[in-house]
Amino acid sequence: MGTLFDATFFDTMIASVAVGSLYALIALGYTMVYGILKFINFAHSDVFVLGAWTAFTTTTALIAWTGLSAAGAPWWLGPIVLGVAMVVCGVTAFCIERFAYRPLRKAPRLNVLITAIGVSLLLQNFNQLPPAPGLARTATVSFPFGPTPKTMPELLPDVILNESIIATGTLGGGERRGQVLLDRAVTVLPGRTYRLDVTRQTEAGPVVARFNLNNPPVGEVQAGTPLVTQPLRPPAEMQGLAYVLVQVPAVTIRLVDVAIVGTAAVLMVGLLWLVFRTRLGAAMRAVSFSIENAALMGVNVNFVISFTFVLGACLAAAAGFLYPIKYPSLQQPASDVWVLLGLKAFVAAVVGGIGNIRGAVLGGFLIAFIEFFGETYLSATIGSGLQDIYVFTTLILVLLLRPAGLLGTPVREKV
Amino acid sequence: MALLEIDNLSVHYGAIHAIKSVSVRVEQGQIVTLIGSNGAGKTTTLRAVSGMVRPTGGRVLYQGRPLAGLPAHKIVRMGISQAPEGRGVFANLTVRENLGLGAYIRKDHAAVAQDMDKALSIFPRLRERLGQMAGTLSGGEQQMLAIARALLARPRLLLLDEPSLGLAPQMVQLIFRIIREINQSGTTILLVEQNAHMALQVAHHAVVLEVGQSTLSGPAADLAASDEVRKAYLGHG
Repeated sequence: MGTLFDATFFDTMIASVAVGSLYALIALGYTMVYGILKFINFAHSDVFVLGAWTAFTTTTALIAWTGLSAAGAPWWLGPIVLGVAMVVCGVTAFCIERFAYRPLRKAPRLNVLITAIGVSLLLQNFNQLPPAPGLARTATVSFPFGPTPKTMPELLPDVILNESIIATGTLGGGERRGQVLLDRAVTVLPGRTYRLDVTRQTEAGPVVARFNLNNPPVGEVQAGTPLVTQPLRPPAEMQGLAYVLVQVPAVTIRLVDVAIVGTAAVLMVGLLWLVFRTRLGAAMRAVSFSIENAALMGVNVNFVISFTFVLGACLAAAAGFLYPIKYPSLQQPASDVWVLLGLKAFVAAVVGGIGNIRGAVLGGFLIAFIEFFGETYLSATIGSGLQDIYVFTTLILVLLLRPAGLLGTPVREKV
Repeated sequence: MALLEIDNLSVHYGAIHAIKSVSVRVEQGQIVTLIGSNGAGKTTTLRAVSGMVRPTGGRVLYQGRPLAGLPAHKIVRMGISQAPEGRGVFANLTVRENLGLGAYIRKDHAAVAQDMDKALSIFPRLRERLGQMAGTLSGGEQQMLAIARALLARPRLLLLDEPSLGLAPQMVQLIFRIIREINQSGTTILLVEQNAHMALQVAHHAVVLEVGQSTLSGPAADLAASDEVRKAYLGHG
């Protein structure tokens, strides 16, 4: 390990911010519902799973129906998929509140909690039912989603945003196949990856073939020096095609991560604006303080509660949409992987201070930082694969030292 | 027609018969006070008017229309606003946001801004504290906020529940002076008070509640003079 702020550090940082923003999105739903109704909506993580699987099904359906290629999805596919996931999750959360929780509004809190666990199990198992025959028209489109893992098609191309083109030219052929003659002098840095991108026009559009350079000479490389590609040589028919020589930076910033963090940031800023700057937001905070007194102000409490559930579900849907963009292999809906993700988001809400919106955001990032930095820097000394232990140890410590969470206010008796 | 007519009202909390038979008439433009000891059913009567509890018998008519069964947030929209018992300010919101919620039902933003200004000139202390969390205000300031907030709904009928509770004597004087001013500017008030002395001074009409029943009613001055009331509520032997 080199200096503290080396490539490993920044890679870990980027992963933490990306996954942290997903935790934060889910944690917000837990915390908003708790803030208003003072109970943990255990079905919330299943709404997140529903969001992920709806995103998957919508994507495969759109690709199948429009005849698009699974490789080069157009940019507008993402927003449509996100919208569908939000609507499905929003309607589901509305129904959960309306039919499972609202009849119990005046019941002891334990009853609601047990109901929440029941709803969670119901959603989990419903989502995993085999597809209904009428809805399974193709092998990929199915609802419910069935018990097998799937792979999310690529909604975003895997682009490294901070890579730079250092040379361009055309590929030679014949004897020199697989070798690239530089058309200009370039400086090759040690320890970096250099990549050759060759664009070929096909009937389906341009296709980029990528070849890594094998051990390029370090230092100043003169024009005309042949560079050898690995692991594959460009096929013979590529001779004469244009190439670009790309220098991949030590710390790569990928489009996927930027899209995740950007989408999450927009949603979170929008939520903070809604809650702290609008009339409806003031009504939400009033309801969270006192349902009765909010009603005396003319606030339609049932509407505000439904709205809060739908809002939380939309954020969970967004997290469900973004998650498989980064981690495309989707486990079946009732898999432990999902349970653990939802649990970590819940831990984030508790660590930040449940009921506190800014706390949920803080907790989300904090949990991801602890998870990723712990795994990266402690695996050599303590052991690898212990990231969950770091997360839950943090939870225990916070509960011992600051039971109301980092930004939560200690509960005081009303006088 | 009276602005508000409570007729033989009855409310149960579970098996407990909280109020059995309460009748109150509130004429337009008046201050009517409900007095009575703890547990007589004063607050429950107000809660039945504002829709917080559902009556089990009797009628509540507002401008001739029955209110029973309407949710609280719709009753506010009909022109009845309440400064609830224990002030009920939202401690986690700023003073400005609390006032804003008072005007939650209104869409006439320009008039709301004017009314906000008017309320703040009645309670200049609140103006200094607009950006502060309501939970940090003193008890008297919270009471001011609760009344100012209720006024911002531009009610025809203002329900005040124990506005003098827990306040220093000077603050009580101030609050009652303001109640009279609010009434003089045209708002009808139904006032629930344990401080019968002050309540009977400002009110036009008074109703005495005893264990869930209205037992006496009449002009406030007459009740203040009656032996029975003097003995039971004004501390004169």
